[in-house]
Amino acid sequence: MAEYINLKTPLNDSDVEKLEAGDKVRISGTLYTARDAAHKRLVEMIESGKDLPFNLKGQLLYYVGPTPARPGQEIGSAGPTTSYRMDTYTPTFIKMGLKGTIGKGGRSDEVIEAMKKHKAVYLAAVGGAAALIAKRIKRVRIIAFEDLGPEAIRELEVEDFPAIVVNDTKGNDLYKTGSDKYKVPS
Amino acid sequence: MRQINTEEIIDTVEKICIDANYNLGDDLIASLQNALNNEESPLGKEVIAQILENAEIGRNKQVPVCQDTGFAVVFVEIGQEVIIEGQSLQEAINEGVRRGYKNGYLRKSIVKSPLDRVNTGDNTPAAIHTDIVPGDKLKITFIAKGGGCENMSRTAMLTPAQGRDGVIDFVVNTVKDAGANPCPPIIVGVGLGGTFEYATLLSKKAILRPVGSQNNDSNTANLEADLLDGINKLGIGPQGFGGKVTALAVHVETYPCHIASLPVAVNIECHSHRPKTIVI
Repeated sequence: MAEYINLKTPLNDSDVEKLEAGDKVRISGTLYTARDAAHKRLVEMIESGKDLPFNLKGQLLYYVGPTPARPGQEIGSAGPTTSYRMDTYTPTFIKMGLKGTIGKGGRSDEVIEAMKKHKAVYLAAVGGAAALIAKRIKRVRIIAFEDLGPEAIRELEVEDFPAIVVNDTKGNDLYKTGSDKYKVPS
Repeated sequence: MRQINTEEIIDTVEKICIDANYNLGDDLIASLQNALNNEESPLGKEVIAQILENAEIGRNKQVPVCQDTGFAVVFVEIGQEVIIEGQSLQEAINEGVRRGYKNGYLRKSIVKSPLDRVNTGDNTPAAIHTDIVPGDKLKITFIAKGGGCENMSRTAMLTPAQGRDGVIDFVVNTVKDAGANPCPPIIVGVGLGGTFEYATLLSKKAILRPVGSQNNDSNTANLEADLLDGINKLGIGPQGFGGKVTALAVHVETYPCHIASLPVAVNIECHSHRPKTIVI
């Protein structure tokens, strides 16, 4: 089993340039959550010249809408949601210095191109392993759009959060190389 | 006639919403263990092992296995000798869902209007399907249907000339296009025949069969085997990282159809397959 590469947020260009599609990483530090409705609002704020609720530079966005925490729990279950729905918004954030996104499922050519050009990566967490992933989230704070409920933006403090590099800064794509390797020609 | 009060229906629905989201079925677990043995990709094996570990956490800690606790889809088979007392059946089911999602700390994932997208705050309304059947029982089946896999589902109106090969092409290509999005290894429900809406409903009912069970009709069972083979040759594998196990099972349900038509619906279900049934 391959070794894990440890990442500590915030990240710079050289941190992400070292990563290759298929690498297993463990992330510690801060992650920001955002999914469909939050993305729409963030882009509207950028378009109207407002300051964002957090600084994107060097950060990772995690596409997740967790279940409610029980009393005494920091967070409920918190696995990744499907990423392609965020594709139309993602290049804008990457141009502003976002160093990566975490979700599941493939990205558009535009997102992959933006990642190559501005040095960012796309990571996958295991979809459906939401109770397992939640154990790596140590602290949670809602920082914007509380009215969106599960879609509010949260600041997560994580330790050894597990993910796999799907798209690196060179344009490699694990989804493509992985399925090509195991495809049986008909 | 047998009387059933809606209070009992509310309690039952509340209970199965929570049970389904915390405790995965033995049929699914057996199928995942089988997949762990059959998968050749090391990363694929690792993913399946994590899915099994996650299922154990759900059961042992009584927490949702997935953060997407789904659209509450409820199938009710109402015995024709049953009289439902109290409030309306629909209100009772929605009240059960409301309580289950609140008391079970499940995520509220339903927006009131498809375009305005304001959350209803209690995961209602449910998608409710009723059938009148012989007998004096009430059978309630709940499934928490995740949005990610539901989004990858498709329906096509093929021509009769396209036949069996056309059906296989459509189903396999639907899974290919879905790729890593619906959280493979998936379960594929296929509704074949009927009308436009009937095929779609059949495809969801097909998902509810025990995982890996065969259709009673041998021709349909052969079609299921050929579809599973075609899908698992795609190489998508667990979570799309590449591998032999893209689907755990393909279930096909059929219905007679019009001389002009060959409807086929594909309902994709993620590995976090959460149905539960209670008979009152």
